[in-house]
Amino acid sequence: MKRSRSGLAAILPFLWLAVFFAFPFLLVGKLSLSHTVLAIPPYAPQLHLSQGLPGFRTFLAGLSGETYARLTQDRLYLDAYLSSLRIAGLAAGLLLLIGYPIAYGIARCPPKARQALVMAVILPFWTSFLIRIYAWIAILKPAGVLNAALGLVGLGPVEILNTETAVLIGLVYAYLPFMVLPLYAVLDREDESLIEAAQDLGATPLSAFWRVTFPLSLPGAAAGALLCFIPMAGEFVIPDLLGGSETLMLGRVIWTEFFANRDWPAASAVAIVLLATLVVPIVLFEREQAKVLS
Amino acid sequence: MRGLFKALGIAAALALAACSPKKTETAAAPAAAPKAGGELHIYNWSDYIDPALLTQFTKETGIKVTYDTFDSNEVLETKVLQGNTGYDLVVPSNHNVPRYIAAGAIQPLDKSQLPGLDKLAPDVMAHMAPFDPGAKYAVPYMQGTIGIGYNIDAVAKRLPGVKIDSWAVVFDPKTLAKLKDCGVYFLDASEDMYAVALNDLGKDPNSHVAADYDAATALLMKARPYVRKFHSSEYIDALANGDICVAIGYSGDVLQAKARAVEAKNKVRIAYSIPKEGSQVWFDLFTIPKDAPNPVAAHRFIAFMLRPEIIAKASNFTQYANANSAATALVDPAIRDDPNAYPTPELNKRLFVTTTKDQALLREVNRQWTKVLTGH
Repeated sequence: MKRSRSGLAAILPFLWLAVFFAFPFLLVGKLSLSHTVLAIPPYAPQLHLSQGLPGFRTFLAGLSGETYARLTQDRLYLDAYLSSLRIAGLAAGLLLLIGYPIAYGIARCPPKARQALVMAVILPFWTSFLIRIYAWIAILKPAGVLNAALGLVGLGPVEILNTETAVLIGLVYAYLPFMVLPLYAVLDREDESLIEAAQDLGATPLSAFWRVTFPLSLPGAAAGALLCFIPMAGEFVIPDLLGGSETLMLGRVIWTEFFANRDWPAASAVAIVLLATLVVPIVLFEREQAKVLS
Repeated sequence: MRGLFKALGIAAALALAACSPKKTETAAAPAAAPKAGGELHIYNWSDYIDPALLTQFTKETGIKVTYDTFDSNEVLETKVLQGNTGYDLVVPSNHNVPRYIAAGAIQPLDKSQLPGLDKLAPDVMAHMAPFDPGAKYAVPYMQGTIGIGYNIDAVAKRLPGVKIDSWAVVFDPKTLAKLKDCGVYFLDASEDMYAVALNDLGKDPNSHVAADYDAATALLMKARPYVRKFHSSEYIDALANGDICVAIGYSGDVLQAKARAVEAKNKVRIAYSIPKEGSQVWFDLFTIPKDAPNPVAAHRFIAFMLRPEIIAKASNFTQYANANSAATALVDPAIRDDPNAYPTPELNKRLFVTTTKDQALLREVNRQWTKVLTGH
C-alpha cells in the first residue's frame, strides 16, 4: 500500500514533465520542420488524425530540415545566440555578486527578522512585472528621476535608457529574488557548529567563511545562477522595453521570425536550438547535484 | 505606456457602459435597427478610437464591446492567421489585406447590412481597388500618411533657418548629427520605412529589385547611429513630453502628440510635415475574420461607424482623415482644414500606396531591416 502510493507520487512529476514540457516541445519541434504557407494556420504540412496511417505518412514526407539549414547560412542567428548568452551570463554574474551578500545577511539575522527580510525580497512580486519594468523607464529616461537626482548633486546627465546597461539593470532587478532565495535556503540550513569548529581550530572569521560556508553554499549559487540564466537568455520583454535596437537577443530574433516574417517554422527552429543548448547544462548540473547529495 | 493606460481607461468606460440601466438603451436605439445583443470583440490600433463612441454603440445596440489594441500590422496578421482569435472585427492596413484574402482569413461583407456605404469617397475607394477588388472584404476606417513629427523649438535651435520639408532632415547624417542629442525616433515597421527610404532615393517605393533595397539599407545604416530608438508607438508620448525632438511617424499620431502637448500646457510645440519628395498614404480597414463569433455585431459596428456624425467624432479624436465624404463637413475645422490630416489635391499627387510583398521579398526586407536595427 505504502509502496504503491510513493510510486504514484513519483509518476506525478513525470506526468507534469510530459504535459508541460515534452508535449509542447514536440509540437514546436514538428513546427520547426514545416514550411510557411499563406493560410490559417500559416504552415504546412498539417497532421490530420482522421486520415489514419496514410495521412501520417504524407505528413512525415512533408517535413524537412530546410529551416535549420537556413539558420546556419546567416550569421545573424549565431551572433544573436552568443549575444544572448553573453548578456545572460553578465547578468547572472552581477546577480551572484549582489544576491550573495543579501542572502548571507538574511541568513545571519535572528529568526524573526529573517522572515520579515525574506518577505521583503518577495514583496515586489506583488506588483505587476510590466509595471515594475515601466517604472525603470521613468527612472532611467533622459529627463527621468535618476538624472534629476544626479543634477541636484551637480553631476551631468547620463544616458542609460535604450542601452545594454539598462537591459542589465532590468534583468538584475527582475531576477534578484530567484538568486537570493536558493542561496538563502542553502545558507540558512548550514550547521553553525561547523563555523564554531573551524574557529576552535584557529580559523579567522574570514577564512572560516571562505573555507567552510562558501563551498557549502555553492549548490545554492549554482541553482540560483541556472534558475536566472536560462530565462534571461531567452528574455524578450526587458530588452524590448529598456534596450536599444542594437541589443541583439534571441527573443527579438524569434519575434521577428514569428511576427514580421510570419515564418513560424523559423521561429520554432530558433527556439528549439536555444532550448536544446540550454538543456545540456541543466542535465549536467542535475548529475553533479545528484553526486553531491549521495 | 500611454496605450496601456488608455486601454485601462477604455476598459473602465466599457464597464460603466455595461452597468448603465438597460431601459435607456431602448430609448436611444434607432427604430429601424433591432437589438443585436451579445458581445463584440474588436482588435484595433492603439490610441485609435474615442471611448465615448464605444459607450454610445453599446447604448444603442445593447452589444457589449471588448476592445483590445495592437501597434503593428505584423502582430495583427500573425494573430489572425493563427485562427480562432475570438475577434469579430480587426483593422489591418491596405497593403496587408490581399494576404488576408489569399489566406482565407477574412470573410466577404454582407453589404445589405451596411447602409451608408454609398457615402464613401470615390477617390479613396479607387486607391483601395488594387487591394480589395470590388470592395468585397473591407470598409475604410481612417487614412493617414507617414511623415516627420518634430518639436518646433528644439529643432529650430539646432537647425536654425532649416525648413523641415524634406526626407533629407531625417536621412542625412549631417543634419541628424545635430539632432542626435535631443532624440530621434524611427518607426519599427520594415515595410513602411523601406517605402519612404526608397522614395527618398528616387526609386520605386514598391520596388522588387534587391539592389534597391541594398541601397535603402545603406541609407538607413548611415542614419542609424543617430537614432535613439526604433519604435512604432512610443514616439507619441515622447514627442508630447519633449523627450525627443524628431520622429518618423504616422500623421494622426503626431497630431495627437501635438494635442497632448497643448493639453499638458508644457510649452512643447509639435508640428508634422509631409516631405516634398512625397510619402506613403495608407488606409486602415474594417474587416471581419472568417471565424468571427459574432459577424452580425461586427456588421452593426461597421454600419455605426459609417454614420457621418459618428465617423466625424472618431476623426476629431484620432486626428486622422476618414473616407466618408458626408462626414468631412462635420469634422472639427482644425483637422478638416489641416493639409497634414486632409491632404490637398496638390499634395495627394505626391502620395503613393505600398503594394503587397510576396513571402521571399518580405523575408529579404525584414532581414535587411534587422541589419538596420542591430547592425548585424
